[in-house]
Amino acid sequence: MKTPRFLLPAATAGVLAISLTACGGGGGGGTTGGGSDAEANLDSRGPITYVQGKDNSNVVRPLIEKWNAAHPDEKVTFKEQTDQADQQHDDLVQNFQAKNADYDVASVDVVWTAEFAAKGWLQPLKDKMAVETEGMLEPTIEAGSYKGTLYAAPVSSDGGILYYRKDLVPEAPKTWAEMMEMCSIAKQNNIGCYSGQFKQYEGLTVNASEAINSAGGSVLNDEGKPNLNTPEAEEGLNNLVEAFKNGNIPAEAITYQEEESRRAFQEGKLLFLRNWPYVYNLATTEGSSQVKDVLGMAALPGKDGPGASSLGGHSAAISVYSDHKATALDFVKFLVEEEQQKFFATQGSLAPVLGALYEDQELVSKLPYLPVLKTSIENAVPRPVTPFYPAVTQAIQENAYAALKGEKPAKDALADMQKSIESAGAGS
Amino acid sequence: MTTTAASTGLRAEQDKGRKTAQNREKWASVRTYISAAVILIWCLAPAYWMVVTAFREVGFTYDTTPWPTHVTLDNFITAFDTSFGNRFGQALLNSIIIGVTVTVISLIIGVFAAYALARLNFRFKYLVLGFILGASMFPGVALITPLFQLFTNIGWMGTYQALIIPNISFVLPLTVYTLTSFFREMPWELEESARVDGCTQGQAFRKVIMPLAAPAIFTTAILAFISSWNEFLIASQLSNEATKPVTVAIASFAGAQPNQIPYTAIMAAGTIVTIPLVILVLVFQRKIVAGLTAGAVK
Amino acid sequence: MATELGPTPVKPASGTPEVHHGPKGVGEDNRILSQGKWASWLLAPTIVALGVVIVYPIISAIVMSFQKDAGLDPVTGLFTAGGPAGIQNYVNWLGQQCAAPGGGTVACPPGTLGGQFWTATGTTFLFTVITVAFETVLGFWMAMIMARTFKGRGLVRAAVLVPWAIPTAVTAQLWLFMFDFNGIINKLFNASILWTGSEWPAKWAVIIADTWKTTPFMALLILAGLQMIPAEVYEASKVDGASAWQRFRLITLPLVKPALMVAILFRTLDALRMFDLPYILTGGANNTTTLSILVINQIRQGFNSAAALSTITFLIIFLVAFIFVRFLGANVVEQSGATGKGKK
Repeated sequence: MKTPRFLLPAATAGVLAISLTACGGGGGGGTTGGGSDAEANLDSRGPITYVQGKDNSNVVRPLIEKWNAAHPDEKVTFKEQTDQADQQHDDLVQNFQAKNADYDVASVDVVWTAEFAAKGWLQPLKDKMAVETEGMLEPTIEAGSYKGTLYAAPVSSDGGILYYRKDLVPEAPKTWAEMMEMCSIAKQNNIGCYSGQFKQYEGLTVNASEAINSAGGSVLNDEGKPNLNTPEAEEGLNNLVEAFKNGNIPAEAITYQEEESRRAFQEGKLLFLRNWPYVYNLATTEGSSQVKDVLGMAALPGKDGPGASSLGGHSAAISVYSDHKATALDFVKFLVEEEQQKFFATQGSLAPVLGALYEDQELVSKLPYLPVLKTSIENAVPRPVTPFYPAVTQAIQENAYAALKGEKPAKDALADMQKSIESAGAGS
Repeated sequence: MTTTAASTGLRAEQDKGRKTAQNREKWASVRTYISAAVILIWCLAPAYWMVVTAFREVGFTYDTTPWPTHVTLDNFITAFDTSFGNRFGQALLNSIIIGVTVTVISLIIGVFAAYALARLNFRFKYLVLGFILGASMFPGVALITPLFQLFTNIGWMGTYQALIIPNISFVLPLTVYTLTSFFREMPWELEESARVDGCTQGQAFRKVIMPLAAPAIFTTAILAFISSWNEFLIASQLSNEATKPVTVAIASFAGAQPNQIPYTAIMAAGTIVTIPLVILVLVFQRKIVAGLTAGAVK
Repeated sequence: MATELGPTPVKPASGTPEVHHGPKGVGEDNRILSQGKWASWLLAPTIVALGVVIVYPIISAIVMSFQKDAGLDPVTGLFTAGGPAGIQNYVNWLGQQCAAPGGGTVACPPGTLGGQFWTATGTTFLFTVITVAFETVLGFWMAMIMARTFKGRGLVRAAVLVPWAIPTAVTAQLWLFMFDFNGIINKLFNASILWTGSEWPAKWAVIIADTWKTTPFMALLILAGLQMIPAEVYEASKVDGASAWQRFRLITLPLVKPALMVAILFRTLDALRMFDLPYILTGGANNTTTLSILVINQIRQGFNSAAALSTITFLIIFLVAFIFVRFLGANVVEQSGATGKGKK
């Protein structure tokens, strides 16, 4: 009777564990949304917290100081997450799941909006909580909406740009076919022709969706069902597969993320590069850049005109668990005001969501890529807006990667994508 | 070496034998130095590249000249720069606080447990051993969500204890097993004889056994400290700005532009983080050497 | 002094055999009881610490693993709790079955996590076997060198720990950086290997990086074991004319075996849960997805199914550990026996 005594603490811990599982929300993601949480605290004011990933270029802090100076009783605290998108996502999930009231306003990547909205974690921005979207670029609003309701107010946007060598290509290609023809110029100069980001990661989803959308296909149809067994989708993916096969995309591009591809281009090893606007600054200023004076920018090439970029960027969403939603709403409105949008652009090189700013002379002289970027964003297609985004991107990445490596024909890869996405949507 | 030479000398009846032995010894020491050089290169070459990159200008991150070029201190300044909210200095301190606490507590607890497992006889010993081992088999990534909910419920999020306690649990199984395995090797009859000499069991343990176990304990301490020093997954979810350790701080190093991976700053941070460990080892390695032989001679 | 201490460490446990294996008389029973009381006090802190942080999550995961993942309500577009699932989550993983659009299940198509279970298991074991083998051999060799007396030994001992002292997150970035197509490794060896772009180079990249990173752990533990062998034992054997190989096989190996086994056991358990390195180096592409990577990817897609996968991983590792302890003598208690390692 004495011997088991040392097991007592363990047994106590076990009991504790079970009771905590029962009341601690151990059931996981089964939160039912809507309901009372979304109705509560709508008029309440007070201090709030704004959560965002790493503040790369120090734009959030000055803005929050500005806000706090004007609202001494409704101060905003900045909670900074890491620089890694995956970790930001997981951190938000953990906190929403724990119904943490401290995460009042969160910066949400465009691809997470649908998931968080469907989990019932985001306050619908309608009726009393509506945010004015007049003047915002249409695709950015689309990316912040789920089932026709706005859940996250677009704060910054991002789109793909085609960078090219002005010294070798007199005029940027308008279509994919044109660009492929110009690859002979690359061969003459003994450099690679085109690259995007083709390592198996989120960037491949971006590039593969762009290829599919630009050729007139789409990953999901309007009802959110996969739509990949189409000739357009096949043509799009095949464009990339063929380019890999005939060497227009150099073989090492299969290992490229944003930075590797930027470097190859900056070192003068590529004629064309698909990348985000951030490349402009670095390619024109970095000491090692070989393309400082010959950097050209254009919209992504499509089938008969500009291609369809994938949309990047972040939106501001209000947690349903916030205690001070009236303040939270005011802060979100503050973030999307023209003055703040301009500050984001000048200080942080973040693409604004207000169309008018892309013609603002002051901004354009500082960020010469804005006109091109506007075309890009206007033609952009949000990455698949679906609550099953992690499964969808997995399906696209794995199958597109296999196709690019020549392990299976584009058609089969698309069929597998289709089946995988159907399975994800079928639930369990 | 000297003792070997002496004993060889004692045995030496023919000059020939001694010469071959000396030659062999010389050859052995040459081999030792060659091996040591190989070990140094294998261990340090990648670290060397880390340091070289740490001292490179951002614009020349991908330069592959094998020696330092475009040398700058900017990356270290960036690492410690607090203007963008990087609190690397604080993070270093946090890592040390967490690491030291984890090491001390898990060693104390571990020594208790290992002593019981190695020296005492009781029922359910296998069960306890199995339980301790079993605790280190669950995929760490799956522990985060339940721990997050547990610590949220009791209001521990972002506190030091929320980072220290999981770390203790992670290093405990290894600590207990290592110490138990070493304790089994102890000449326990020395303890018995100390007790015959009038020591209590506690005194005997402290004065005789602990010094003997020093190499094992210091080794285990280093294992525990480094393991805690390296922990990232739990800390990334359970820490906050004020308590985050260096691993999390490094992961949040950002380039001036979104998408830009600031390799040079990451390498600078890696260099800074490695230095305290190297110092620690240089200090402790004497203890590791001292240990048993020194203790047993007394 | 050799005569005094020499024989002792060879059979270190021989001093107290009666405590463990003596006949159990009445007095012995009392002794066990009082020792049991002592033991329970000494072990309690360990068990509490492990109970709170490890056992609670494990139990919570097991409870979750019998629940269905939240499904989407087609009308509201919101997730609703899935309800009890029985063992369906487990069946799905082991049989690589995925939900079918019309209800029921189908074989998981490529591009789903469910379709990766067995390849991920294979990859995990491949990584484990190769890295632990490399680390053991290299670690043993390093420890033997470091145990010798030579100038600069302190430097070598400190240098050996450098790879390990660099946090894994940095190590992974460092190797990613070096394995770059235009990186230093391809440059040094004048090669143009797409390290992260095809299956075997990607696997080797992970193995090399992991071996580099964790060999010091092995080396240090083995070194500590070597330190406990008094020099006198070697002296005696040299006097007896034993060759270097004989000394290694008959003295070093058996005496270091307990420490070595603990080191191998824990490295194996760690390697079976390998996560950071492949995750950052390859993102799991090219068949480098380990079970832990699969778990974290699945956590993002559905907690309950991920909990089932964690439990399966736990059981797989448990099985490996059991085999280890049972058949390879990694059990620290069994070695204490009077018939201990001397005869094995």
